Amino acid sequence: MSDPILSIRDLTVEIPTRHGILRPVDSVSYDIAAGEILGVVGESGAGKSMAGNAVIGLLNPPAHIAQGEIRLKGQRIDQLTGNAMRRLRGKEIGMVFQDPLTSLNPLLQIGDQLTETMLAHLDISRDEAQKRAIAALEEVGIPGAADRVDSYPHEFSGGMRQRVVIALALCAEPSLIIADEPTTALDVSVQAQIIALLKRLCRDRGTAVMLITHDMGVIAETADRVAVMYAGKLAELGPVRDVLTEPRHPYTKGLMGSTPLASKGKARLHQIPGAMPQLDALPDGCAFHPRCPRAEGKCRANPAPTLAAHDNRAACWFPLDPKGGA
Amino acid sequence: MALVSVDRLTRVFDVSKPWLNRVVERRKKAFLTAVSDVSFEIEERRVYALVGESGSGKSTIGKMLVGLLNPSSGSVKIRDVDLARESDAKKIDDVRRDIQMIFQDPYASLNPRWRVRDIIVEPVAARGGDTEGMAERLLEQVGLSARDAGKFPHEFSGGQRQRICIARALASEPKLIVCDEPTSALDVSVQAQVLNLMSDLKDEFGLTYLFISHDLTVVQHMADTIGVLYLGRLVEEATPQELFDDPKHPYTQMLLDAAPQLDGFGREVTPPTGEIPDPINPPPGCAYHPRCPLAAPVCSRERPEMRPLRGARVACHMAE
Repeated sequence: MSDPILSIRDLTVEIPTRHGILRPVDSVSYDIAAGEILGVVGESGAGKSMAGNAVIGLLNPPAHIAQGEIRLKGQRIDQLTGNAMRRLRGKEIGMVFQDPLTSLNPLLQIGDQLTETMLAHLDISRDEAQKRAIAALEEVGIPGAADRVDSYPHEFSGGMRQRVVIALALCAEPSLIIADEPTTALDVSVQAQIIALLKRLCRDRGTAVMLITHDMGVIAETADRVAVMYAGKLAELGPVRDVLTEPRHPYTKGLMGSTPLASKGKARLHQIPGAMPQLDALPDGCAFHPRCPRAEGKCRANPAPTLAAHDNRAACWFPLDPKGGA
Repeated sequence: MALVSVDRLTRVFDVSKPWLNRVVERRKKAFLTAVSDVSFEIEERRVYALVGESGSGKSTIGKMLVGLLNPSSGSVKIRDVDLARESDAKKIDDVRRDIQMIFQDPYASLNPRWRVRDIIVEPVAARGGDTEGMAERLLEQVGLSARDAGKFPHEFSGGQRQRICIARALASEPKLIVCDEPTSALDVSVQAQVLNLMSDLKDEFGLTYLFISHDLTVVQHMADTIGVLYLGRLVEEATPQELFDDPKHPYTQMLLDAAPQLDGFGREVTPPTGEIPDPINPPPGCAYHPRCPLAAPVCSRERPEMRPLRGARVACHMAE
């Protein structure tokens, strides 16, 4: 395998509070190769967005990276100064957030927002930037791009705005895109359009994509590999088909079981008892053990094993056997 | 007899600018038709689900059912009483008692300054009923502890809050509960708990649900009958099995195809074209015709009526 675009090792994010140190991200390691889409799933509070924000250097103090390293194309980026990070952000790493309305400046025409980004990062003339802006809008499928560069964000529908945000993330030709719930605010039909667009751009340009979402269906259709997070830790990592059809971590299995599926009909949904623990009240041992049907003494006493970036298995003392059986 | 019967229900909102702007900018009044000519019936002890994308009018229908909005035309009859037109206060009161609602956002629908006990018994206390021990009993019924009655809403997680909302809805022993996206704000594992709870309570209390959601898989799991809405119009109505195995309206087909599937590894979806049109100026004829692969000339002229087709009802000229 060629060198990964993004490589995260043992990443830990800490937030010091009056009641002790919280770890929204705890010893997380994974790689994303060029042209690969890594899906990061988990329920709210699992730390999936926090990991993305750590990569792009957008942690809000007092949250900070306490441990581990982040490498982009082999270069360490977790210790860069604010200015160096700013040059990287937008140029090497593009970002797509959940709400397209808050990631666009309402007072600037979208053409200006695109050219501003390109002029800041690329050594090109204003005319050239203007041309590229129109080309970028065409690429993401905005009809009549040449006329619409002069429009303001409020003149676009939600789906079209998200396309503009994607054009904005792509215009400086980054090698990594972090897409944080890019389709959660959109309707099903528009979601399908945006996902098809992300997949095509990733394939054509060889961009690595970190797709953060809570929707297992989106992950199944889009991602090449998937990382399942629970209470700040990586619970399971592997190729998407393996993880979703033959989950090894009891949490992944429970998650798949609680998702209503057309083929399951009206049978009662499998439910995982309880809810994910708050970060300030994590149980001892494996964070999942109070909800886990397989938990034994070892799970209560010892934290779950930590997954290395290439382990294709679950962070569990008693993983499920993929070939069925126990 | 059906518990709820909705007949040619229409709701129009006036979205005009203030009159001075209209005079200065020479604009006409603007009207948004949120719900247009929708008819359906809900049998007792059944779950009727309305699905649709944003702007399809599903929440507006829910609000008209509980009486939070009045219909512009058409009628909603619950146990044969039309709440908007009935003049007998006693009858209205009787029917109102039978209707409750569960909202999407469990953070916005509970008063943060009230204790859970007061929140839950409010529907009964407001009518001067006896509320002794009621909150405790209901809390245990929805899977919380009786001790929780003395707490405030902020002490609970999203899923627990939704359980409190359900307990409150049950307090007045309603027959019909309108659930507007009850699990959309919840995580998958919590959603499963709440859906299971709602199914159990339905059997236990003999409830009827109008279940409003945008999530096809949730609807398919819960509903006995599904109505698909597009731009305020009912385009198809069928049982879940019928709808998922043999969708008849091209819009339903598109929705089912576009929805991400858990086993759709590497599936290449041909994304649907276009977006939902502006409801202030809906296309003439069938609202879906500009995006429809089957569209014929008649589709842009005449609005299709609902007609029966192989065990379902569908509003489409071309479906067969």
